[in-house]
Amino acid sequence: MQSFRFGFDHLPAEAEQVRQDVRAFLQAEREAGLFVPHRCSWSTFDPAFSKRAAAAGFVGVTLPKAYGGQERSSLVRFVVTEEMLAAGAPCGAHWIADRQSAPQILRHGTEYAKNLIVPRICAGECYFGIGMSEPDSGSDLAAVRTRATRTEGGFVLNGSKIWTTNAHRAHYLLALVRTGDAGPDRHGGLTQFIIDMSAPGIEVRPIYDLSGNHEFNEVFFTDHVVPDALMVGEEGQGWDMVTQELAFERSGPDRFMSDYRLLVELVDRIGQEPDRQQAVETGRLVAHMAALMNMSASVAALLGRNEMPNVEAALVKDVGTAFERDIPEVARRLMPVESSLDAQDDPFAETLADVMLRAPSFTLRGGTREILRSVTARGLGLR
Amino acid sequence: MLDINTAPAASEEDDFAAILLEQTDRLLTHHVTPACLKAADDGAFPVAAWDAVSEAGLPLALVSEEAGGAGLSAVTAGQIIRRTAYHALPAPLAETLIAQALWTCAGGDAVDGPVTLAASGGAALRLSFKAEGAVLHGTLPSVPWGAQARFILLVAQDGDGAAHLVLLPHADRPVRTRRNVANEPRDSLTLADVHVDADSIRPLPAALADADGLMMFGAFIRAQQMVGAMERCLDLALTYANERKQFGKPIGRFQAVQHMLAEAAGQCAAAGAAAQLAASAWGGTHFPFAVAVAKARCGEAAGKVAEICHQVHGAMGFTHEHPLHFFTRRLWAWRDEFGREAHWQERIGRAVCGKGGDALWPMLVALRPCGAQD
Repeated sequence: MQSFRFGFDHLPAEAEQVRQDVRAFLQAEREAGLFVPHRCSWSTFDPAFSKRAAAAGFVGVTLPKAYGGQERSSLVRFVVTEEMLAAGAPCGAHWIADRQSAPQILRHGTEYAKNLIVPRICAGECYFGIGMSEPDSGSDLAAVRTRATRTEGGFVLNGSKIWTTNAHRAHYLLALVRTGDAGPDRHGGLTQFIIDMSAPGIEVRPIYDLSGNHEFNEVFFTDHVVPDALMVGEEGQGWDMVTQELAFERSGPDRFMSDYRLLVELVDRIGQEPDRQQAVETGRLVAHMAALMNMSASVAALLGRNEMPNVEAALVKDVGTAFERDIPEVARRLMPVESSLDAQDDPFAETLADVMLRAPSFTLRGGTREILRSVTARGLGLR
Repeated sequence: MLDINTAPAASEEDDFAAILLEQTDRLLTHHVTPACLKAADDGAFPVAAWDAVSEAGLPLALVSEEAGGAGLSAVTAGQIIRRTAYHALPAPLAETLIAQALWTCAGGDAVDGPVTLAASGGAALRLSFKAEGAVLHGTLPSVPWGAQARFILLVAQDGDGAAHLVLLPHADRPVRTRRNVANEPRDSLTLADVHVDADSIRPLPAALADADGLMMFGAFIRAQQMVGAMERCLDLALTYANERKQFGKPIGRFQAVQHMLAEAAGQCAAAGAAAQLAASAWGGTHFPFAVAVAKARCGEAAGKVAEICHQVHGAMGFTHEHPLHFFTRRLWAWRDEFGREAHWQERIGRAVCGKGGDALWPMLVALRPCGAQD
């Protein structure tokens, strides 16, 4: 019998207490005009916001106090992230570091790396990019060719990474690199490294997305030297490392709340007297979201118990991103508003435009829908 | 809202629930055979299966220990209901389990089942009090196993507009039997000045005032059931995909098939999460919203899962011989009963729009269980 672990019990009282603290913090931010909800998301890069959030204790929530963290449960962190997303806070600068890089370094990094990096992540001043995809290795992640060869006290890297969000403003990448032969299952010979973006031998070139925004990049390594102390896990363990990292990357509320603000705007735009179609379709979206919130909390609980919920995470992302992509389609069906890039007086038209142009990425980034379904199929015993 | 505070502590109950669910599975595997399901299709009530689940105490799972039940939580009761649907038990155990809980919460005594419940009520059913007892007048459409149940739980209104909970004993009275697409009886009863004993009437608990008769509780039942039936459909499809070979390999090796099944698994997971919200909300102020979410989400998932599982089974799943239809036909029936998706979606949508965008987030957060058991 197929059995996924979605038996969510309840959020701890501590998490609900923290929820009130986050809300107070975000309300003060908004009232001070420090961010405008409908123009922000977890892609919005705002280091000043990240530092203020960290000072208030909302970055590095699960990380040990010894490394500057709050040492609280994964469900507390879950509540912090969902409140940030619901408020439309500009949390993009610290997002990746906080979500997946820091926990990964903490679990598998050297003491040197932990001391060097984790406290700065917790302070909201150290940002990460994800070094997985390459020009010839997208969904087929095991095909990475960027190569690290042994040298005195470390490795020399040559090759390139692509679609690297924030590489032009991140301090580090957490990269998957080939250090040996792939072996029969193709998963061997890979190693994960922390790449210091300020070190020599790295060139970052921008790639502009379809809206003309510069978020992702191509990153080239030419005889870039990585010290042993920045290896994560052991040599050859890279595949296991990324698999674990992806469970953190795929299951959070960011996988169904990227465009939550559009749903809020839609409800306001419809007004208090919806017609039947408006009520039915809005109600459908809300029912979907409620289910996703429960699924995602289940995975947060599993992560907190160090159970590796790779398949459950893939399911959350598959169902969640389909929901995200549905919101703008429903919105335009229910409201006869033409989306606009600069409708200063009409947040709904502006949000709709922004979301429509971002939506294709929802089901690509962090593993395409097709890859997620293959992960799920394996979990179902079909491969 | 409903008094379920007598339920044992969570971890203690978890252990007990795991054992109980395993027993339930064993019992149902033994009794609810393909032969039993085929007989039920022809209108036979599964007496042996019913006696077995009754003996195991399942009809009183959600009744408090003081009232003679097992005093389990609604979350565990929801899981029992899912298991009965996983096996397509062709009897109103879920209806009985919920009706007994509601009736005993209202101060009535637990009874020997089966007990069913009627969705419509209130103004459609008139209760006139007499010197002894009362007289009930009106019609009850589409009552699950209405002709076979020993009692029907319903809501009726008296001349002053006050609502009452009535446990109507079975009697030979005119019944128009319709069968849903799963061949489950859905009976319409005409009640022409039927006498009801005073013992069988209780004031409607305040918490049930906005339950639309008992429609909300029927929706709760069907949502849990759909999760169980979807899990069974998916299990059948996975087994079939690994066994059936075409082009020299199991069809489950083809990516197109894998992705369909992964999509079905996602729908199952979302439906399970939604149904669990409703079970967790039992007894709380958010129960109506949670039931609406559960019935809407499960109903939508049911259509998709049934479609995919049939597609995976090919022509074999379209035969009467293959058991898939016992579960897909129930999914198609259950998603329509006690309010189809659009009914509950509209209700959610009106509530959400009425309160405005900023109120949505707190509503969603409140739906998820928190804090109580630290």
